[in-house]
Amino acid sequence: MDVLLFTIPVALLLGFVFLMAFLWALRNGQFDDLDGAANRVLLDDDVDEADNGNSQSPT
Amino acid sequence: MDAPVRDWAAFVTPGEGEDIAHLDLAVEGITCAACMVEIERGLGALPGVTRARLNLTNHRLALEWNPQETGAATLIDSLERLGYRAHPFDPGRRNEAELAESRMLMRALAVAAFSAMNIMLLSVSVWAGNASDMSPTTRDFFHWLSALLALPAAAYSGRPFYLSAIRAVRAGRLNMDVPITIGVTLALALSVMQTIQHAAHAYYESAMMLLFFLLIGRWLDHNMRRRTRAFAENIAALRAETAILIGDDGGLSEVPVSAVGSGERVLVRPGERVSVDGVVASGSSEIDQSLVTGETGLVGIGPGAEVYAGTLNGSGQLEIRVVAAGSGTLIEEVNRLLDNAMQAKSRYMRLADRAAGLYAPLVHGAALLTFIGWWLAGIGWQPSLVIAISVLIITCPCALGLAIPAVQVVASGVLFREGVLINSGDAIERLAVADTIVFDKTGTLTLPAPEIVNADEIAAGALDAAARLALSSRHPLAAIISAAGKATAPFDNAEEIAGSGVAATFGDVDLRLGSPAFCDAEAEAETIAGRHPTASLIAYRVGENPPVVFAVEQALRTDAVAVADALRQRGLTLHILSGDRPAAVAGIAAELGIDDWQGGLKPTEKIVAIEKLRDEGRKVLMVGDGLNDAPSLAAADVSVSPVTAVSVSQAVADCVFMGSRLGPVVTALDIARRAHGIMKENLWIAAVYNVVAVPLAVAGFVTPLLAAAAMSGSSIVVTLNAWRARLGRAGLGEA
Repeated sequence: MDVLLFTIPVALLLGFVFLMAFLWALRNGQFDDLDGAANRVLLDDDVDEADNGNSQSPT
Repeated sequence: MDAPVRDWAAFVTPGEGEDIAHLDLAVEGITCAACMVEIERGLGALPGVTRARLNLTNHRLALEWNPQETGAATLIDSLERLGYRAHPFDPGRRNEAELAESRMLMRALAVAAFSAMNIMLLSVSVWAGNASDMSPTTRDFFHWLSALLALPAAAYSGRPFYLSAIRAVRAGRLNMDVPITIGVTLALALSVMQTIQHAAHAYYESAMMLLFFLLIGRWLDHNMRRRTRAFAENIAALRAETAILIGDDGGLSEVPVSAVGSGERVLVRPGERVSVDGVVASGSSEIDQSLVTGETGLVGIGPGAEVYAGTLNGSGQLEIRVVAAGSGTLIEEVNRLLDNAMQAKSRYMRLADRAAGLYAPLVHGAALLTFIGWWLAGIGWQPSLVIAISVLIITCPCALGLAIPAVQVVASGVLFREGVLINSGDAIERLAVADTIVFDKTGTLTLPAPEIVNADEIAAGALDAAARLALSSRHPLAAIISAAGKATAPFDNAEEIAGSGVAATFGDVDLRLGSPAFCDAEAEAETIAGRHPTASLIAYRVGENPPVVFAVEQALRTDAVAVADALRQRGLTLHILSGDRPAAVAGIAAELGIDDWQGGLKPTEKIVAIEKLRDEGRKVLMVGDGLNDAPSLAAADVSVSPVTAVSVSQAVADCVFMGSRLGPVVTALDIARRAHGIMKENLWIAAVYNVVAVPLAVAGFVTPLLAAAAMSGSSIVVTLNAWRARLGRAGLGEA
């Protein structure tokens, strides 16, 4: 039972940390364009051949 | 005076970083994520551009660039070459409040979620512990932890409800937030009291879960409205809310209305809307004041007369000295239309409103009676209070209140995206039940501006040359030819011969443009007239070569035939009522396959025809050009108008559609029918929920937590069901 006095507040503190992270992301405007964010995940970034000395297979 | 120069400087704001300019644009033509990629990569690759980010949700582009390396005009041109038209937002009137409220709701939701879920963790433990052998000290510890989580979180995340409830009570009415506030407060107070008394049960999770679920519903609802409003603002940007500023040197520049200051001079051309409040400095004209005073007659004005923003100028050019800095009227109109649409006062809504109005006192009454009833039954006042709280929560008529508006907001948003603006909220219901469509001809079935209808028979070189010659003529048909050929440089020695045409010499060749007689082209003209009997004919001849004849008339909208077929497929009967000559209407009616048509009608005769149809029990949808059809539009059950040069509010119609295609009429009908079906479903869901849930709560079978889940569940189900109005396909090609 004594261990609960420790573990539960720690769990709550961790949850609180994530709550703060979420609120920060919200303030940062990450939730303003949900459709765009959803689609950006699927976009391909072409490999920039000028940057890579050892370039992979051409896209 | 030359055409005004678009003053981009007035739309541009400082960006992030030194020497960076920022511009927000509403972009037309975005259909999917691929567009986003094209635009961002295309613009991002241009020199000087530091940021090009497209918001796919509301179709807005945030552009930042170094003004020393490039400029707004170049960037917008590049965007147009990619195939997307863009219109700047007036930085003086960005609606930040909605974004702020959306974020505030999300913050409240996050806090409520954190609190509710962690309390559930503890509560489930307590419930399990009550059944087995949890020690009272542990239970008390958990309860106090729950109190610590619940009280601050409820105070923070419940603010939208408490503030709304306090405002309502101060105004002497009861709204749906009052029982919620009472429920949450009572539940928390009771729980604290029971925790102090070392009792086995507390209700912190009920209060927090209630807030959590309610906030989900609020956020969904608010976001839907924000989307709809964003599209409306995009459309307003597309209509370019600008004023033509007259500089001290007499030069003209086009600036956003909010950039016009008091005392400056503004030019209003014939046929344009007055952009600012002011006094006429020079010029005289007539003004249509109907927007402001309701008078539909034209009022003559001259120097010294007061004019108001939003009124329509007649045939004279006016110079206006600004009295009050303009606040822009189009976006306010659009917002007002939007607000009207969203606060619909439809038949169902009125019913739901009245029901919800009676409901709040009923809710409190029922809860009070339940409390008294159970207390008298002898179970003690605290258990009685718990049951009463459950009743209070579960009878809240949130679902009923959301049933119709939620669908209207979603449907309005979908319609906006398709380019259809709804003027009144109950238009959706009336559109859905229409079974007969009456079309006007000129400007509705046909495009409002005449164009060359036999362009495919004419060689490109001939059109270019004819267009250059046409620049020297003041004949209205000549303007159409020069616009079609995109001519910019007139011939130096061109001469207009009144009543016949324009002649010029190029090198040693004679060029003529004008009536068929003037160009010796009567034979060719007859052949063309055979094919286009109602068109006006203009001939063009180079030297002794065979002449070319242009047929100019108002063309049928490109998708008119397809639309007529689609409408018939959907079970509608079609009619044409036109004021144009029967010969002109007959051809179009034949092309569209419409048998019931009448030409040569005066406006009063049109109304008679419509009333006759309505007397037969039909529900008539009239599609007409809003300008002179206003009474007939009002006579029909529901009306739709194409927006041409007319301002949005001048259209008396219930709905207004943009663009040169007729397809939006079909789209609007499909969406309205689907939305109507969903509205009825929602009303059923709300009704069934109440019929089932309330007796169960009064009988004591429902704990506060279950009540919270059930009540919010019904609201969320209704809201999500409304979202279905966005699904499915609508419009031409989808039966």
